[in-house]
Amino acid sequence: MADAIALRQANPAGQWLDTLAAWGLAILWILPLAYAVWTAFHPAEFSAKFSLTAPLTLENFARAWEAAPFARYFLNTTLLVSLILGSQLLLCTLAAYAFVRYEFRGKNVVFALVLVQLMIMPDVLLVENYKTMSRLGLIDTLFGIGLPYFASAFAIFLLRQTFKGIPKELVEAATMEGASTLQILWRVYVPLAKPVYVAFALVSVSYHWNNFLWPLVVTNSVNSRPLTVGLQVFASADQGIDWSIITAATLLTAAPLLLAFLLFQRQFVQSFMRAGIK
Amino acid sequence: MNAQKQAHAWLLLLPALTLLVAFTHYPAIATLIDSFMSTPKPYRASVFVGIDNYAAMVDDPIFWQALRNNLWFALATIPLSVGLALAMALWVNGKIAGRGFLRMAYFTPTVLPMIAVANIWLFFYTPSYGLLEQIGNLFGLPSQNWLGDKATALGAITAVAIWKEAGFFMIFYLAALQGINPSLREAAAIEGASRWFFFRRVLWPLLMPTTIFVLVNAVINAFRMVDHVVVMTRGGPDNATTLLLYHLYEVGFKFWDQGYAAAVTVVLLAALATVALVQFFVLDRKAHY
Repeated sequence: MADAIALRQANPAGQWLDTLAAWGLAILWILPLAYAVWTAFHPAEFSAKFSLTAPLTLENFARAWEAAPFARYFLNTTLLVSLILGSQLLLCTLAAYAFVRYEFRGKNVVFALVLVQLMIMPDVLLVENYKTMSRLGLIDTLFGIGLPYFASAFAIFLLRQTFKGIPKELVEAATMEGASTLQILWRVYVPLAKPVYVAFALVSVSYHWNNFLWPLVVTNSVNSRPLTVGLQVFASADQGIDWSIITAATLLTAAPLLLAFLLFQRQFVQSFMRAGIK
Repeated sequence: MNAQKQAHAWLLLLPALTLLVAFTHYPAIATLIDSFMSTPKPYRASVFVGIDNYAAMVDDPIFWQALRNNLWFALATIPLSVGLALAMALWVNGKIAGRGFLRMAYFTPTVLPMIAVANIWLFFYTPSYGLLEQIGNLFGLPSQNWLGDKATALGAITAVAIWKEAGFFMIFYLAALQGINPSLREAAAIEGASRWFFFRRVLWPLLMPTTIFVLVNAVINAFRMVDHVVVMTRGGPDNATTLLLYHLYEVGFKFWDQGYAAAVTVVLLAALATVALVQFFVLDRKAHY
């Protein structure tokens, strides 16, 4: 603890124990990833044997890449995540703006209806949503995976809070200059909420990059499968695939987010913080 | 003019609202109605069957098993992941050696797909050459099939969930700790308060709203998290790791029993609604004194 030194219990032994426990836990937490990296970069015979002299190889990645259409899965996931994020930002900005800028009948009721989605996410209602998708003819399409998430209660809530904090004077000034309602949104509200947009974007991208159950239900072909579903199909396909290849494929799936996280750790952590506090 | 403004507001809301109704409110109500209807068959349309689906559910041992498993899963994951999250946040909020690494190590599981890490954990648990087995061998422990044994499978699944969640919750505690006025700590130091006393009497009450926020999320997640079940056990052995949502997935998409699936969904929705109501009426009042 930061200033524990100042408190009475500033004995070095306590400090030392804290550090030890914190490190022990950290090693436990990083172990699965460390293990995956080890196995993926070494030949199969070292997948459960840890020797410092084991030769490094990229063979496992090459074989995993050939064994399943990962390029397609990457494309699908990237398209899916962008489609969802783009729609969320647009639709939720408009909705949040309506809640902040206008007084209209039933406003509180409508807002309460929006908040319902915070508790009941579309993935719990998967049977009924699947029926809707099949009526719309959207089974096995990327659009069908994304559609239930286009309107996010969380984004509306977050943006509404942010918009509310924007000084009225700025809006009045813009009105005086003859800006229309939508111009005010675009020129005043959106630029000032930029940090919140970035925070929400990171949270949304990591959620949908990792989402699994709903995409599993909606997709049934290579054309629409995202990485997570592709990986699952691949790993359970047959017993002939060894652990080295599965871990290589696993790392491939997690790599873009993981790299982004390692490069922009601070932003990631702050985004999750910012999204959580409000 | 006023009517025009009203129209503007509704136009801005319309796209988001339509989708929310289509994929949250409508399916919730449709599920409730479907739960009183029979599953449509090619030769027979769906008919009203009253509480038949619920009666079938009450008689279904797998449903009870799933409910029991889910309650155990929740009872273990919620306190452990939240407790660990708090400990992690207290550690990395201070001047600990290697703080950057610790933060990264704790948070990394959050950005990894559950489906991907489940593959890795699967290997840890594999009998005869998995990592746990190898460590056990060093200490001369007997061989153990963690995921194949009814006694340990649910525990093994739970451990993965705790590992995945603690770092995520840590972030919220970290945010709260950083918002606490440092002069409080100085005052406590001057008064000669012990670290434990300071935590119990100052930090813990100040962290209460965060704890409640985190708890609500932990409860919701306990009823939503199934990705690792799909990869690691498929509910087995002998339904020992079947959770409610997994049972729902099997009933809905393996057995295609719509009416019954609807009844199970209603139970799940009721659980989530209870969380919402408890949060709204009970906890919120206690959080802001």
